[in-house]
Amino acid sequence: MAFLELENLNKEFGTHRAVDGLTLAVEKGEFVSLLGPSGCGKTTTLQMIAGFVEPSGGAIRLEGRDLLAVKPARRGLGIVFQSYALFPHMTVAENVSFGLEMQGVARAERGKRVGETLELVGLGAFAERHPRQLSGGQQQRVALARALVIRPRILLLDEPLSNLDAKLREEMQIELRQIQRGVGTTTILVTHDQAEAMALSDRIVVMNKGRVEQIGPPHEAYERPATPFVANFLGKTNLMNGASVRPERVSFATSGLAGTVRTRIFQGNHWLYQIDTAGGLVTVIRQNSGEAMPAEGAAVHLAWSGS
Amino acid sequence: MKSTPYLLALPALLLFAVVVIAPLGMTVALSFHDWGQYKGIEPVFILKNWKEVFTDSYYGEMFGRTFRIALLVTLITAVFGAPEAYILNRMKSPWRGIFLLVILGPLLISVVARTLGWALLFGGNSGLVNKALMSAGLISAPLPFMFTETGMVVALSHVLMPYMVLSVWAALQRLDPQVENAAVALGAGPLTTLRRIVLPQAMPGILSGGIIVFALAASAFATPAIIGGRRLKVASTLAYDEFLNTLDWPLGAVVAVLLLAALVTIVVVANWLVERRYAAVFR
Repeated sequence: MAFLELENLNKEFGTHRAVDGLTLAVEKGEFVSLLGPSGCGKTTTLQMIAGFVEPSGGAIRLEGRDLLAVKPARRGLGIVFQSYALFPHMTVAENVSFGLEMQGVARAERGKRVGETLELVGLGAFAERHPRQLSGGQQQRVALARALVIRPRILLLDEPLSNLDAKLREEMQIELRQIQRGVGTTTILVTHDQAEAMALSDRIVVMNKGRVEQIGPPHEAYERPATPFVANFLGKTNLMNGASVRPERVSFATSGLAGTVRTRIFQGNHWLYQIDTAGGLVTVIRQNSGEAMPAEGAAVHLAWSGS
Repeated sequence: MKSTPYLLALPALLLFAVVVIAPLGMTVALSFHDWGQYKGIEPVFILKNWKEVFTDSYYGEMFGRTFRIALLVTLITAVFGAPEAYILNRMKSPWRGIFLLVILGPLLISVVARTLGWALLFGGNSGLVNKALMSAGLISAPLPFMFTETGMVVALSHVLMPYMVLSVWAALQRLDPQVENAAVALGAGPLTTLRRIVLPQAMPGILSGGIIVFALAASAFATPAIIGGRRLKVASTLAYDEFLNTLDWPLGAVVAVLLLAALVTIVVVANWLVERRYAAVFR
């Protein structure tokens, strides 16, 4: 029996099926991402686990017990919202302490655990600030601390990094992964960012139009996409003789598919090529090893593994 | 040019000076003039009028009543208006639009018409509600409403309610819609969420609404004039009577200036306290 089980979960808004027959088993301590474009049903799924949205059909079980029978306030889940939803009138320490207060934890114990959790997210020195006085990244950490301090059975993350700039997002990904591995909380992340899902998760659930397209470890989903949608959503892809080939698997060769370079873009650690061939436009990514590369307009031949 | 903004502001500034500052200055000056039944107004500088207002308990009673009514109206609009705004904020369209119109509707009707409406409902034996209650046998004598402080407080609360609702609603709209869910997820019940999360964030709206309602209630004229009449005067109707009935303009000027000064002081201090209290939280 899995730790968290979603069984044939459905949600209809009027005639629109937001979530359609979702079945998923999550093991204890696992980090699972729900990945898909906006409107694919991933956020609705998260809200059904949290209890903010009632499913139209199906079951959710946590440690074998029916979770739908439990009120949202009694589910004991830690949630980090996209907007962080911090309490603006409370200090950082009061924000983090709120959940413990609701659990009836004694004052001394509360202070100790709030301190520990703020240290964990690197905000020990900011306990007495108000949320408005913090940067986006710091607010994000407060939201994470507030969710973790209650020792939740599951940590739910709703697009937690989407409001941060690219560089900070990368740093927070690494940190989030370290913290999650450290405390070992079972985590479900909702995101539309495939890089984020692949960087953080043990397994990803690719969703489209309310249905599951593929469930698997990031590497497997990337290398062996079950559907064309997964192949496209998880990164750039070329359709070569009916097979999907990733751009980084295509290389320049002395013989093979002939073509001419349409555009060449330098991106620091790699080159991005668009090649006109008889079979259509092919995208090629080559590592920048400091060697001379074909210029725009040059005639080239393409080879790829598996061909 | 550096002076351009000042030049552009000049016409409005001139208008402001002519229609607001000048009459105010003249009213202040008037309050120091002498007046007699037969000699009229004499442009001299005396403190007689001010002394009279400060020593005669009649005026103290007027001002006491004015601010007592204003305070009660502020409390009542806060107690009823804040929940009203919260419910309004949680409504979905089209209901939200419809009920917003219901709340704002009274603002589209003249204060006089609205107050006369109350008089029709509760005025003496012929008042509609009084008649109905008496014929139903629930009361033996008409409920006192006209010429009572209760009547003034009720009518003013009704008239000023939209200002409180709009002010609280503006504060609630800044609320993150997920913030209540966040509290619930952390184990808070509905009442705890309201008390610990929603109310503190609505507080700046309630306080600024309170300042507006207090100022309008203390300086209201039409409603106290109709409900209170000559028998139950407040500062504004008192000033009116001194000007237009007794024709003692200098004494009326003292009352008017005193009311203005008291209001400006209260509003400025209250505003300063609110801003200082919430500076760190809401910027």
